[in-house]
Amino acid sequence: MPEALKHRHLLEAADLDRDDATLVLDTAAQIESALAGREVKKLPTLRGRTVVNLFFEDSTRTRISFELAAKRLSADVINFSAKGSSVSKGESLKDTALTLEAMGADGIVVRHGASGAPHRLATWVAGSVVNAGDGTHEHPTQALLDAFTIRKRLGRLDGVRVVITGDVLHSRVARSNVRLLHTLGAEVTLVAPPTLLPVGVESWPVTVSYDLDAVLPGADVLMMLRVQAERMNASFFPSAREYSRRYGLDADRVARLGDDAIVMHPGPMNRGMEIAADVADSPRSTIVEQVGNGVSVRMAVLYLLLGGNA
Amino acid sequence: MSLLIKGARPYGEDAVDVLVSDGVVAAIGADLSTTAETVDATGLVLLPGLVDLHTHLREPGREDTETVLTGSRAAALGGYTAVHAMANTDPVADTAGVVEQVWRLGHDAGLVDVVPVGAVTVGLAGERLAELGAMADSAARVRVFSDDGKCVADPALMRRALEYTKALDGVVAQHAEEPRLTVGAQMHEGERSARLGLTGWPAVAEEAIIARDVLLAEHVGARLHVCHVSTAGSVELIRWAKSRGVQVTAEVTPHHLLLTDAQAEGYDATFKVNPPLRTGEDVAALRAGLADGTIDAVATDHAPHAAEDKECEWSAARPGMLGLEQALSVVVDTMVDTGLMTWREVADRMSVRPAAIGRLAGHGRPLEVGEPANLVLVDPGARAVVDPAALASRSRNSPYAGRELPARVVHVLLRGEPTVSNGKVQK
Repeated sequence: MPEALKHRHLLEAADLDRDDATLVLDTAAQIESALAGREVKKLPTLRGRTVVNLFFEDSTRTRISFELAAKRLSADVINFSAKGSSVSKGESLKDTALTLEAMGADGIVVRHGASGAPHRLATWVAGSVVNAGDGTHEHPTQALLDAFTIRKRLGRLDGVRVVITGDVLHSRVARSNVRLLHTLGAEVTLVAPPTLLPVGVESWPVTVSYDLDAVLPGADVLMMLRVQAERMNASFFPSAREYSRRYGLDADRVARLGDDAIVMHPGPMNRGMEIAADVADSPRSTIVEQVGNGVSVRMAVLYLLLGGNA
Repeated sequence: MSLLIKGARPYGEDAVDVLVSDGVVAAIGADLSTTAETVDATGLVLLPGLVDLHTHLREPGREDTETVLTGSRAAALGGYTAVHAMANTDPVADTAGVVEQVWRLGHDAGLVDVVPVGAVTVGLAGERLAELGAMADSAARVRVFSDDGKCVADPALMRRALEYTKALDGVVAQHAEEPRLTVGAQMHEGERSARLGLTGWPAVAEEAIIARDVLLAEHVGARLHVCHVSTAGSVELIRWAKSRGVQVTAEVTPHHLLLTDAQAEGYDATFKVNPPLRTGEDVAALRAGLADGTIDAVATDHAPHAAEDKECEWSAARPGMLGLEQALSVVVDTMVDTGLMTWREVADRMSVRPAAIGRLAGHGRPLEVGEPANLVLVDPGARAVVDPAALASRSRNSPYAGRELPARVVHVLLRGEPTVSNGKVQK
């Protein structure tokens, strides 16, 4: 089986160079074909290893995806959510980390509302830390599963033109995708109202546009980001209706896409806000497929981080 | 009591002997001889005792992180003979009673003159003026008023505060931060905040308040002091205001002279501070502004914090970092060793001008016969690696941990009494 990754943790997309990112995607593909058609969808690879899902933020779908990935690799899985735990009684991140360390966690999958929390955690534990989303920073396994999905659908990543539309400012998915897709040779365009783009975006390896209609014809992939309607209360945009009209993906806009272009969304969707229901459910949409791919990619990440030194 | 300092170099210039007697400089000359105790100061630079306009001593309220005594020790070891204790204690220093308590604690510690800063508004709430006159008339003789940590954001209230302090020969020291532009702000807004996913603290939030306040100070003819200036644009605004004759002074911290927002990489909250660390261009502008006198003073913004308030998520951490014990070393590193400032200018920015801003009669005086013997002797050639565990402060949140810095404070005299001898604090 393949070699290990260069970094002990997966904290951000920049931890993966092109070789390592490709290795994760190739490993995910191998795992998928190894399990295809099997009655028992389980590999013995991580038997005896312990993976802790440490979720300080509610995220059922990401937690379940990681849980399934670890279980399919035969790891022992502990779910540790902040609610109802010592964390809700005021325990610090550091004390939680030291506790998990004492219990001998080999892998810690962490979701946290504060940007950088996985980085801090990684300085306090011996096991591998996988960032499952930190604040408005990054969500690297989401980017990996998105890249995996694009490669599966379009057969390549090099030179693929990806348009990411939505609340880039607050999006960890956007940050991870920009970095990873650039590493893998894709050309990324960000589309959003200027209020939802960070100051400093000029330094990112992307093209920026405020006009979704202008970029539609050249897009191979259209990735829609979740936009919270409450953002209008802080004047990021005037109203949900105006946002939807200018930046939402409806059937009219989809009609102007190229024949092979696909539509992606990391979920959870605001149907009618950033994406129309008929678009989300159309054959171009990879949204359900992304969920399944997420498990394969997370299996690959856990395998490559934890499998080497059993 | 008398003390003969042999071979010291005032302002780094030619070596002389200095006789200190009864708390004042009694004689300066070549080869003075006396029966008094002698200090060999060969090669050491002699400066007036340093004056800090901006120190958080945390007492009353957070004695687990610093006390007036431990902070006084840190100050003395840093070469200071006077420090201004910021008002954001618990209870807030917004009454004559609290400022007198802090003043007395400083007097009892006896290592530096602890000069309380009074809050501008009751409870630092930014709503109504605290009893500024009562604090000015108290034993603490408050002349500097600040809601530091919070901006006096209401323009009408700021105007009144500026006007009212004119009668007290006081000054409002403003923490310039437009609160609506810094909701949830974590670090300098720019390329790094965008990538790190930390909410940005834009330079304009500081500059907009400074622009407003210098115009207000001009309009009402009052003195304004700008705390911890951190951006190139702020330096430009203050330069412009001074050219118009506005009575504005400003300070810069050691950390803003040395460190940049690159320190946020890795999310070590030791480097979280308010205002945040800025870019290399800002650092260069701050150094230039300090060198040409646009920025009047180096002030530490010494901010002790408990380990649990720093060893945590960046956004959960409290802002602030230690500074008293390394301030002079950082200034030597960034301003003297780089050729930007002479030792005489170091004395001006770290003693003379801060004493004048705070209206401290006995500090920041020239090195002349008859002046109070508030003195510091510095070994400019010594270099040391900063070890937070070895600091006198009760807290450990030094941003200079592991960094080698020049210059060592060897001796400090407060009105002729040694507070630091051979690098050891005397109480």
